[in-house]
Amino acid sequence: MAARERTRAERPVGLPRWLYVPAVVGAAFVLLPLVAIVAKVDWSHFGDLITSEGSRAAFWLSLKTSAASTSLCIAFGVPMAVVLARRQFRGAAVLRSLVLLPLVLPPVVGGLALLYTFGRRGLLGSELDALGVQVAFSTVAVVLAQTFVALPFLVVSMEGALRTAGQRYEVVAASLGAGPTTVFRRITLPLVLPGLLSGAVLAFARSLGEFGATITFAGSLQGRTRTLPLEIYLQRETDPDAAVALALVLVVVAVLVIGLARQSRGVL
Amino acid sequence: MPSRRRAASSGVALLLSLASVAACGDSGGDGGRTVTVYAAASLTATFTDLAREFEEQHEGVEVELSFGGSSDLVAQLQEGAPADVFASADQATMDKLTAAGLQAGDPQVFATNTLEIVTPPDNPAAITSFADLAGDGVNVVVCAPEVPCGAATVKAEEAAGVTLSPVSEEQSVTDVLAKVTSGEADAGLVYVTDVTAAGGAVHGVPFPESGEVVNTYPIVVLEEAEDGELAQEFVDLVLSDTGQGALGRAGFGRP
Repeated sequence: MAARERTRAERPVGLPRWLYVPAVVGAAFVLLPLVAIVAKVDWSHFGDLITSEGSRAAFWLSLKTSAASTSLCIAFGVPMAVVLARRQFRGAAVLRSLVLLPLVLPPVVGGLALLYTFGRRGLLGSELDALGVQVAFSTVAVVLAQTFVALPFLVVSMEGALRTAGQRYEVVAASLGAGPTTVFRRITLPLVLPGLLSGAVLAFARSLGEFGATITFAGSLQGRTRTLPLEIYLQRETDPDAAVALALVLVVVAVLVIGLARQSRGVL
Repeated sequence: MPSRRRAASSGVALLLSLASVAACGDSGGDGGRTVTVYAAASLTATFTDLAREFEEQHEGVEVELSFGGSSDLVAQLQEGAPADVFASADQATMDKLTAAGLQAGDPQVFATNTLEIVTPPDNPAAITSFADLAGDGVNVVVCAPEVPCGAATVKAEEAAGVTLSPVSEEQSVTDVLAKVTSGEADAGLVYVTDVTAAGGAVHGVPFPESGEVVNTYPIVVLEEAEDGELAQEFVDLVLSDTGQGALGRAGFGRP
C-alpha cells in the first residue's frame, strides 16, 4: 500500500500538452483588458482624478455598502446553506435552484424585482410606508441590491464546504451529549470557516461591482446611492480619464481583497 | 479516449459558432447597400419610422439604426465604429464629434426639444409648477448634470430661480422616466417627446421656464461614410416635410 503510493508520488501525472494552448488563450483573454485599462490611465492627473469629491464619496459609499451587504449575506446565507446541506426535505432541490437564481439573472431584472417588492407601490410598499420607511433612493436600497446579487455566492461556497466537511465530527459530538447549538458553534462553524471566508470575499467582491440592480432600484445620488461603478459609468460621459482612473481603483481594491483572503487563509 | 474526442469536437463546434457569429456581422455588405445611422435614444420611434420610409423609397437599400446616449455614440464613433450618419440630442455632443473631425460637412439642426415635468398619472404630490418641485417631501428625480438632459435641467433651475434637491440624479432621461412610471418618484424632468411617447403611463406638466432651455438636435454625414450620397439622402429625408411631420407628431419642435 505504502509502496504503491510512493511510486505514484514519484511519477506525477503529466498534463496533456495541447491543454496549454486554450489555457494560455483564456488567461490572455482575461488579463489583456486589465493591461489595456492600465495603459489607458492618464498617470499625470491620476491623483487628482481619484481624489475628487465625487470619487471619494463613491469610494467610501462602495466600501461601506459592500461591508454591510457582506454582513447580511453571512447572517442569512450561513443558515440557508446549513439547512440546504444538512436537511433533506421535499422541494430542497427546487429551493436550491431558486435561491441561486440571482447568479444567472441579469442584475437589471434583480433591480426590477426588488423595486416591485420594496418600492413604494411594491408588494411590501404599503407596509413599509405605514412604518415610515422609504427604501427607494436610500443607501438601504443599495445594500439590498448588493445583498440580493451577492447572497448566492456565499450560499454556494458555504454549502460546498459543509458537504465536503461531512457530518462525522458532528455525529461524534452529538453522541457525546452536545446539543445542536453547541455542535454548530464548536464543530460545524470552525470546520467550514475557510469556506465561509472565501464565500464572504466573493460576496464582498460581487457587492463592490454591483451596478445593474443598484441603478434600477436605488437611483444615483452622490454620497447616498452613487457607488463606484455608478460613478465610473457617469464620469465616462464627460470625463473618460476620470472613469478609467476610477476603474483602475476598483480593480486594485478587488485584487487586494482577493489577495488578502488567499494569503490569510488559503481560501479560494 | 472517447471523452477526449468529444472535447475536441466541442471545441471545433465552439470555433465554428464563433466564426458564424462573426460572419453574421458582415452579412449586410453583400448585395444591397446599407446606410448605418447612429442616433440619440430620444429619436428611436421617429427614426425607425423614417428608416422604413427610406427603404421603401430606395430599392435594395437597408438602413441600420443604432440608438443610444449621444455621448456614448460619439465615444463609439471616436473608437472607429463604422457609421454613415450621426444625429445628436444636443449641440455640445455634436461639437465633440466635429472637434474630432469625424464629420463630412456642416451639421444641420433638424429638431428642437424642451423639458417638461412628468408625474405619475395621479400626480400624487399635486405638482402644477416648477417651483412645486422644490416643495417639502417631494421626491424629484432628474438627470445628472454630466448628461445633456441634466445640463438642460440646471439651466431650467437657473431660469426659474429654483434650486431642486433631487433624490436621484439619473444617467439618462429614460432612467428618470422609469422612476416616475414605476411610482417611486413623485416627479421628474424629461423632454416633451418622452411625455408624448409615454402616453397614459404619465402625466405631463408644462412649465413656462422651459422656453428658456431649448435643446437643438443636429445631424451630419460622417467622413467615414461608405456611400456619402446615400447618407446625404437620408439626412435630406429627415429635413424634408415628411421627416419634419414625423418629428412633429413625436412632440419635437421645428428648428
